Amino acid sequence: MIESFLANLDTLLLYVFAASALIGALLMIVLREPMRVATALISTMVFLGGIYGLLGVHYIAAFQVLIYVGAVMVFMVYVIMLLDPRDPAVTRKFSRLLVPGVVVFAVLLAVLVASMWRAAAFLDGGSVAAGGSSSFGLQQFATAFLSEYWLQFELTSVLLVAAVVAALAVIRVSRRERG
Amino acid sequence: MDKTQMLLSLAVALFAIGLLGVIVRRSLLVMLMCMELMLNGVNLSLVTFAQQTGSAVGAVLVFLIFVVATAEIAIAIPIVLMMTRHKRTLDADAYSDLKG
Repeated sequence: MIESFLANLDTLLLYVFAASALIGALLMIVLREPMRVATALISTMVFLGGIYGLLGVHYIAAFQVLIYVGAVMVFMVYVIMLLDPRDPAVTRKFSRLLVPGVVVFAVLLAVLVASMWRAAAFLDGGSVAAGGSSSFGLQQFATAFLSEYWLQFELTSVLLVAAVVAALAVIRVSRRERG
Repeated sequence: MDKTQMLLSLAVALFAIGLLGVIVRRSLLVMLMCMELMLNGVNLSLVTFAQQTGSAVGAVLVFLIFVVATAEIAIAIPIVLMMTRHKRTLDADAYSDLKG
């Protein structure tokens, strides 16, 4: 019995991580304070990283934690600390668009789920290889990245330079406004 | 339910919840975080499809999305800080005079 449990441990963990990520996403809508929302988002991202690890793409899991949780969310938390806690945007959770938002959410979910059920025949073609037996590893990925997609790789560096310049420009504009 | 289908449903749910948050929440910063959640949902679907088809293209695209998300946050956060300094609030309703 223990052996069958251990054999299915990957699947079990996958479902647990998926449920936890979903709960974290739902908490983001429900919670009021920005810091708690950020914590819920961090937990969702960490669980998604766990799912990537279980799917066998460990390098994407590592980058998910490094870039999203490490860089992006630290930035977010840093900004939350600069904010005024008595801001009405913090004390009042939802905007006037609550009802239209929920309607759009329901319609989008219905359309996406319906199209997914329609594509079920296509999805049955191959199953996800869970638990390390991945069909491509870091080596294939790195080779494909730097031989086939080298142009995109170089373009991202241009994008990052543009982002740095834009951030500096924004800071300069705000300094000029302050005088 | 099949594993692929479960992961794709999770990706769909994350994307839809992120969109709901962008529309429904009041604070600009929380809206930004919900946009990140939408990006995460798309990333999950890309990884699932890449695993299913066994090609590295999806993983390459996920990496490019990581870079774009980082650049987006690096621009968006200073803009949010600037707007907050201007109007002293994060309320999205306070910026309704921005409409063209």
